[in-house]
Amino acid sequence: MKIIDTLQETSAALLANKARSGLTMLGIVIGIASVIAMVSIGQGAQRSIQERIQSIGSNLILVMPGFQRGLGFQVSQGRGSARTLTQQDADAIAGLSEGVAAVAPELSGRYQVTAKGTNTNTSVVGVVPAYPDVRNVQIDLGSFVTQQNMLSLSKVAVLGPTARDDLFGTDTNPVGQTIRIRGIEFKVIGVTKAKGGTGFGSQDDMIFIPLSTAQKFLAGDAFVTTISVQAQNQNAMAGLQQEITDLLLARHRISDPQLADFSVVNQNDIVATASSIAQTFTILLASVAAISLIVGGIGIMNMMLTTVTERTREIGLRKAIGATKRDIAMQFLVEAVLLTGIGGVFGILVGVGVSVAIAAFGVLQTAVSLPSIILAVAVSAGIGIAFGFYPAQRAADLNPIEALRYE
Amino acid sequence: MIEISDITKTYVDGPLRFQALRGVSFSIDDGEFVAIMGPSGSGKSTLMHILGCLDTPTSGAYALDGRDVSELDDDELARIRCEKIGFVFQAFNLLPRATVMRNVALPLVYADVPAEEREARARKALKAAGLDEAHYAHLSNQLSGGQIQRVAIARALVNDPSLILADEPTGNLDTKTGEVVLGTFQKLNQEQGRTIVLITHESDVAEHARRIIHVRDGRVIEDSKSHTRRIIHHENN
Repeated sequence: MKIIDTLQETSAALLANKARSGLTMLGIVIGIASVIAMVSIGQGAQRSIQERIQSIGSNLILVMPGFQRGLGFQVSQGRGSARTLTQQDADAIAGLSEGVAAVAPELSGRYQVTAKGTNTNTSVVGVVPAYPDVRNVQIDLGSFVTQQNMLSLSKVAVLGPTARDDLFGTDTNPVGQTIRIRGIEFKVIGVTKAKGGTGFGSQDDMIFIPLSTAQKFLAGDAFVTTISVQAQNQNAMAGLQQEITDLLLARHRISDPQLADFSVVNQNDIVATASSIAQTFTILLASVAAISLIVGGIGIMNMMLTTVTERTREIGLRKAIGATKRDIAMQFLVEAVLLTGIGGVFGILVGVGVSVAIAAFGVLQTAVSLPSIILAVAVSAGIGIAFGFYPAQRAADLNPIEALRYE
Repeated sequence: MIEISDITKTYVDGPLRFQALRGVSFSIDDGEFVAIMGPSGSGKSTLMHILGCLDTPTSGAYALDGRDVSELDDDELARIRCEKIGFVFQAFNLLPRATVMRNVALPLVYADVPAEEREARARKALKAAGLDEAHYAHLSNQLSGGQIQRVAIARALVNDPSLILADEPTGNLDTKTGEVVLGTFQKLNQEQGRTIVLITHESDVAEHARRIIHVRDGRVIEDSKSHTRRIIHHENN
C-alpha cells in the first residue's frame, strides 16, 4: 500500500468525524501553543533582566561595604550598611593598573526633597564627574557634576527624570531652579535621560550631587557607599576583581578574606545569576505546559482506541480483502500522527500569536525562538507516534474472522 | 484449482477442544458454481474461512491454484486473499461514508494497482455486477440492500480473483432481492466463467448452484449435482 493511499484513507476517516477529530486536535493545539508561549515569555523575561542589568553600565565591578564580623561574633549589621570604604580606597583602585578604565565612588542615601510646594522622598547620590561614563547615564538638559563643583563643594543637583517629574512636573525644564535636600538649598544644573525601569530602586528616580558636597553636608563623614569600577574590557574583569580584593584587604589590614569588610561584585556574575533564575522560571513554565501536552496526547490515544473499536468490522473487511498487518497499523498510526501534526501547526500559530499579543500589549517583550518551534513540532509528531502506536497495534492484531463478526 | 484433502480444524480454548472440521476432502474445478450447505454448527463457516484463506487448517492440505496455502503466515495469507479471492459477506461490509466507486476500488489499493487504473477496473466490475451507472458516485449508505450487495459483488470481482466466496449473500435480503443477487452470481458464472463458492444453510439458495456439497458435523455427507437447479432469468441487468 502506498503512502498516498494511506493518507487518503486516513483523511477520509478524520473528515468523517469532524467534531471528534477537531476536539482531540484541540488538546494538542493547546499543549503546543502553551509550550511555545510559555517558553517565549520565559526567554523574554530573561532577556529583559539581562538588558536591565547591562543598562547600569558595561564591564562594571561594584565594590560595596560589607560588615566586619568580630572573632566569635556572629552578629551582622547587614551587608552594605558598614562604613568601611573611603574616597582614598577609590583613589587607590584608580591607581591600580591599566585594567581600570574609570572609577566612580558614590555615596547614596534617601532624603526628603522639596521644591516649591512639592515634596518627595528619593535617593540622593553623591557622585564624581566620571559617574555618567561608568554607570551609563546620559544628560538630557543642562550639564552634569563637574570637577570644579567637586572642589568647591558646590550645592548643585542633577535630577533624574522621575525625580524631576515629581518635583517640577512632567517634561518641564527645572535647570536654574532650586530644591531643598534636608533643608539645604541646591541649584538644579541638569536632568538625565530616562533609562527605563520602574518601581523601587529605579535608576530614574535619583538626584545626583557632587560627592564632596554629599559627604560634607548630608552624611557628615568621608565614607562612600559604592565604588563603581569600569574595566577596560570584559576579559580584564576577573583579574581586576581579584586585584581590587587584594588591594582592599591590604588597605583594611584584613588577613583572612573570609572576614573582608567589603564585597566585590562582578557585573557578569550578576547577569549570570539573574539569567539562571530566569532560566529556572522558564523551565518551570515549560514543564507546566508540557503536562498539558501530555494530556493532549492521552486524548489522542483515547480517541484512537475508540476509533479502532468502532471500526472493528471495517478493519476485518480490509484484512479480508488483502490488507496486511502493516497496512492496518500504518493507517491508524498515520491517523494519529496527522491529528497531532495538524494540531501542532495550529498550536504553533496560536502560541506565536499569544506571545506576539503579550508583546503588543506591552506586558513583556516575549521572544519566540526557532528551537522552541522545532522542538514543538518534533514533540507533537513524537506524541502522535507514541500515543498512536498502541491503538494501531491493536487494530493490526485483530483477527479478521472475529473482526468481521464484531457487533 | 481448489483441492482440499483431509482438512481438520480444532479450536482450543483453555481445557476445551472443539473439532469443527473432522477430515473434509473435495476439489472444485475452474468455472464451477458450488454451494456448500449445512445447518448452523455444521462447520461450513469454518470451511469457508479456510477456503478464503482467513484461517489455516489444523491438519490437512489445501492447494489453491496449485499452491499449498495451508501453512502460510498472516501476511502471506493477506497476499493470497488480495490476489486470488473475492469475498461477498452477508452483512455487506461496505465502508459507510464512502462512495460506491471508492468501496469497489478498495481492494485495488491493497493490491498496489496504480491510481489511474482503478476507476476503469472498478467500472468494469460494477458493470459486471449489474449496478446502474447512476449510483457510482452515491455514498454506500444511500443504496438499497440489493444495490449494496451488488456493490459488494463488484468489490469481490475487481481484483479479477480465481475464486469468489459468498458467505450467506442473501441472508440480509428479502426473497425477491435475494433472487436478483443469486441471478447475478449465475450470470457471472455462465458468462465470465467465474468460480463461485456459495455458503448457505438454505436449500432454496443452494439450489441456484450447479453442485451442492452438504456438510454436517464437520464432515461432507453428500456431494452431488443440484437436482432441481433454479435458473434466474434476467430481463434487464
